[in-house]
Parts: sequence; structure tokens; C-alpha cells
Amino acid sequence: MAFIIAENLKKTYGVGEASVDAVHSMSFSIQEGEFIAIMGESGSGKSTLLSIMGAMNTPSSGTYSVDGIDVYSLDSDQRADFRREYIGFIFQSFHLIPYLSLLENVQLPLVTLNLNRKEKIRMALDALEKVGLADKAARLPNQISGGEQERTAIARAIVNDPPILLADEPTGNLDSHTAIEIMGEMQKLNASNITISSFAPPNPKMGA
Amino acid sequence: MTLIDIVFQNLIRRKARAIFVLLGLVISIATVVTLISYTRFMTSDVSEKMDTYGANILITPQTDILSLSYGGVSLGGVSYAVHELNEEDLIRISSIPDASSIAALGPVTMGAVEINGKVLLMAGMDFSVSRVLKPWWVIDGSMPEENGALIGSDAAALLSLNANDRIMVNGRELLVAGILKPTGSQDDQLMFVHLNTAQNILSKQGSISMVEVAALCNACPVNDMVKQISVVLPGAKVTAIQQVVKTRHEAISQFKSFSLVVSGVIVLVAGLVVVVTMMSSVRERTLEIGILRAIGFRRSHIIRIVMIEALLLSVLAGIIGYITGFGATHLTLIYLEHERSILLNIDPFLAFAAVALATTIGLVAGIYPSLQAAQLDPNEALRSL
Ligand SMILES: Nc1ncnc2c1ncn2[C@@H]1O[C@H](COP(=O)(O)OP(=O)(O)OP(=O)(O)O)[C@@H](O)[C@H]1O
Ligand SMILES: [Mg+2]
Repeated sequence: MAFIIAENLKKTYGVGEASVDAVHSMSFSIQEGEFIAIMGESGSGKSTLLSIMGAMNTPSSGTYSVDGIDVYSLDSDQRADFRREYIGFIFQSFHLIPYLSLLENVQLPLVTLNLNRKEKIRMALDALEKVGLADKAARLPNQISGGEQERTAIARAIVNDPPILLADEPTGNLDSHTAIEIMGEMQKLNASNITISSFAPPNPKMGA
Repeated sequence: MTLIDIVFQNLIRRKARAIFVLLGLVISIATVVTLISYTRFMTSDVSEKMDTYGANILITPQTDILSLSYGGVSLGGVSYAVHELNEEDLIRISSIPDASSIAALGPVTMGAVEINGKVLLMAGMDFSVSRVLKPWWVIDGSMPEENGALIGSDAAALLSLNANDRIMVNGRELLVAGILKPTGSQDDQLMFVHLNTAQNILSKQGSISMVEVAALCNACPVNDMVKQISVVLPGAKVTAIQQVVKTRHEAISQFKSFSLVVSGVIVLVAGLVVVVTMMSSVRERTLEIGILRAIGFRRSHIIRIVMIEALLLSVLAGIIGYITGFGATHLTLIYLEHERSILLNIDPFLAFAAVALATTIGLVAGIYPSLQAAQLDPNEALRSL
């Protein structure tokens, strides 16, 4: 059985005349280890689909299950726990917390876990090492470049090795060189997990 | 890293708002501490200051006749006691169970005398306790010696007497040592001499017309003391001059209620300041809360972050507020009481209460903003920027 199964997923924002169909009836299944790219114009519903897959946005109809769990039958706390266990988010605009150092930002998914302080720091340093930022662990987000912020966001998403990585236009804010670098990293980190990433309309310069 | 570390980093790296909340709480706690300390000081100060209110128990012999004077208008001569008191009675008064509450005991021997053809009341008294029993006395001249007299202002005017004049009383020459400034009491019409002198002149050796007692009034067992004195002096009439005590206590209890109301208002305002500031903080941190929720923080984790922040700030505010209030009380006492050497002790209970109050304000005020923070929909929160 596929790890992710979506059936007739639909999302309509608003009601009546003003309503917007962001996601039309979508059905798909994804196996472990797959790398999925979602392409679409601005406003086509990429972010909406990713937020539904990230257990953050209840679909108007249809079912969505991960690892046999019917995600939208869970209550709010269970869904928070689900996100912590199953999902690593990489946001379009990085979304690092400005008053926390890189090391602290990367530790965020571990805060609510029952691990000791040293273990959390070791895991966060490991993740930063993987994206090549271990030497800048003590810096604040505004003391590093855009590409480095993106890589910190990736480190945060993979720190607890979640089975699903959701990336919303991870390369949208970066120049093409950095974008290629980041894409390479994401594929490298994708050894056995599922990565689902959205992209803006194909960029001819991007060799992915 | 734990939730507490997140709170600490936020407080340390965004100081301005933390300081604003802190300041609001510190000012209110300090004011409340000052009001309470000052009220306490006033209450404990009563026993020391009680002497400024003079005698508050009067012991007179039982009389058979009703007084014919009212409101200073007298229709008749001096009423004569059936049984006068004597010096043994003084010793008995000093032996009552609450004797330690007696600040001063003033025996008085009274009688009518004639001076320059005019009759007036002479009171023999113990001038060594007059400071306690008659604190309102202001004297032109000096306290009388064995052969001296102190004349009330009305009596002095009537007899045209001045300090250092000499008068003859029942064949004995007395020096007018001083004239009393008007007191608005019956003292104005009297002449005061030493107890022995009066007893000699009136030929009432060892006899006492009445005893004035000043009780320390902080513990204020005045009514008990009245009963105890009645037991040891069955032949005497013992009256408490309640007015004095009551007025003083009313003044203090009024100030207490006033402090209570003011404290209540201050606590309310402080609470509102915390609520408003924390709410704007939550709004400011919408995106951040969305990130944390997306990462897998439960609503209760968000509530804890906001509440821990409120707790840290309010405990700190409680400590600083108590210290500030303690200092402010010192300054208030120096300013209002003109006392430079007041020894004010650190009161561990008040210190604890101040911190507890601050904590309560902080926690109660934190509830609504924290619930608001937890209520944020993570998806909406992330779209907000
Ligand atoms: N919360 C919302 N309320 C109402 N309409 C919404 C909401 N979120 C998205 N939409 C609408 O749904 C459609 C899809 O939006 P979505 O953000 O998913 O697009 P997108 O493909 O991610 O676009 P972009 O590439 O610009 O990020 C858009 O028309 C958008 O205006
Ligand atoms: Mg989008």
C-alpha cells in the first residue's frame, strides 16, 4: 500500500459567487522514496495542496491518509503531533525565527520531544553539518545569506528525519546557482524519504 | 532547547516590550507595597503616639448627686464626693492584669479656693506625667515648682494674672510659673499646682479626687482595663473616654479602606496594561506562532510559552516592585512624618505577598492573550506575511 493516499481532494475557499476552487478533485498515491515536483502558475493552488498534505488545511471534501492514518479525522493536538512526527516543512520565505540562532531554529522540532539537551544539540548540529552550516550555528538568521537561510530551513525540516518533506517553492527566492545547489541537496537528503516540492513555471536556466 | 529557552531568548532579544510590561507591574506593585507599609507604620505608630491623645480612662469617686453641668454651663457648685480616693487606690490600679498597657497614671486632687475675692477650682496634679496626660498643653512660662502654680487662660484673664506674679491661696504664697495657652477645654478655667501643695492647701492629705489614666492604645484593651479597674476599686466610677480612641482608629481604618480601593484600582490598571501589551505581542508574533504550530507545537505548548513569559516577567516585577516600594515607603515617611531615623524592617511576609500579587496579576492577565495565541490557525498565520 502506498504511503500517501489522496482521494478526490477538493478545496474551495469562500462561498457562492466569490468562491475560489484552489484544488479540484485530486487523487494520487505516493510511495516511500519518491521525489514529487508540483508545477503550476501562481494562484494555481500549489501552496493549498501542500498545506493540505501538511495537515494544516482541512480539505472541503475527499480523504487524505498517510501511513494508514486518516489525517483529517484527527483532532487539533493529534494533528500537531502528526506534523511533528511525519512532516518536515520548508517554507517559501524560510520562516526562521529571528531571535533564535541557527542552532536554536534547527532544534525547534525537537523542543516538544522528550530528549535531553545534549541530544537535541547534537541532532541539530548533525543537520546543520549536512547542509554545510555547522560553523555558523551560533549566528542569527539576519546574519547569514538567503541561500544559507534556505539551507537552515532544510536542516530544520530534516532534523528529526521525518518521512515526508514538504517544500513550497524552495528555490523561488534564490538566484539560479543557489537554486541548483539547494535542489541537489534536497535530492541527496531524499535517500529513503518522500520529498514533495512545488515550483513556479519551469525556469529554462534550471538544470533540475 | 526547551520552551523556557524560547521564552528567554525572546525576552532577551526583544527587550523593549518586556521592559514595558515589567515597568507597568513594578510601578503598581511598588505603590501597593508603599500603601500597605505606610498603613502598617501608622497602625504600629499609634501606641507611641497615643500620648498625644492624653488620658483615655477617668476614675472618679461615686457621687450621690447628679452633675448639674452640661456643655460647659454649670448650675451649681462643686459636687462633693461621698468617698474620695486615696493613694492606696493608685497602687491597686497599677496591679491590674493589663497594667503594662498603662502609659501614665495621673492622680488629681481638686477643691475650690479663693483668690483676690474670686472663687476658682484648683487641681493638684503630678506634673511628671502631664506630658502624656495633657499633651496639648502649651505653656507661657514654665512648669510650676513646689510653690508654683499654672493658671488656665480664662482664669488668668479673669484674675489679670501674668507669669511671675505672686498670689495668696488660703494663706500660702504661690508663684505663677506659667499661663496655659487656651486649650478649648475646662483646663482654661482651672489653676494647677503640685499634688502635695493642693492637698496641703485644701487640708486633704492623702486624698485624691480623681485619677486620669492614659492607656497605650495599639492593643487597646481599654474596655478590659475599665473592667479590671472597677474590680480593684469597687467604690469608684471608671469611665473610658472612647471618643479619642475611636476617632484615631476611625482615621486609620478610613486610610486603610482608601489604600485598599486605590490598590484595587492600581492592580486592575496593571492587569490591563499586561493584557494589552501581551495581546499586541501575540499579534506581532502571529507568524512565529504559525511556524511553531506547523512544526508540531500543540496549542498547549503555545499557551505555555505565553504564560511562562508572563510568569517570568511578573515574578521579576514582584521582586523589583517590593524593593522599590520599600524604598518609597522610607521616602514617604521622611517626607510626611519628618522622621529621618525610622527603622523599617524588611517584612518577609509582605515581600512574599508582593511577589505573589505580581505573579497573580501576570498569570491572570496572561490567560486571555495566551488563549488567543493558541486559537490562531497555523495555515492562516503563515499566510499573514
Ligand atoms: N485562505 C484563503 N482564502 C481565500 N482564498 C484563498 C486562500 N488561500 C488561497 N486562496 C486562493 O486560492 C488560490 C490558490 O492559492 P495558492 O496560494 O494555493 O496558490 P499558489 O499556487 O501557491 O500560488 P503562488 O505560486 O503565488 O504561491 C488563489 O486564487 C488564492 O487567491
Ligand atoms: Mg504558494
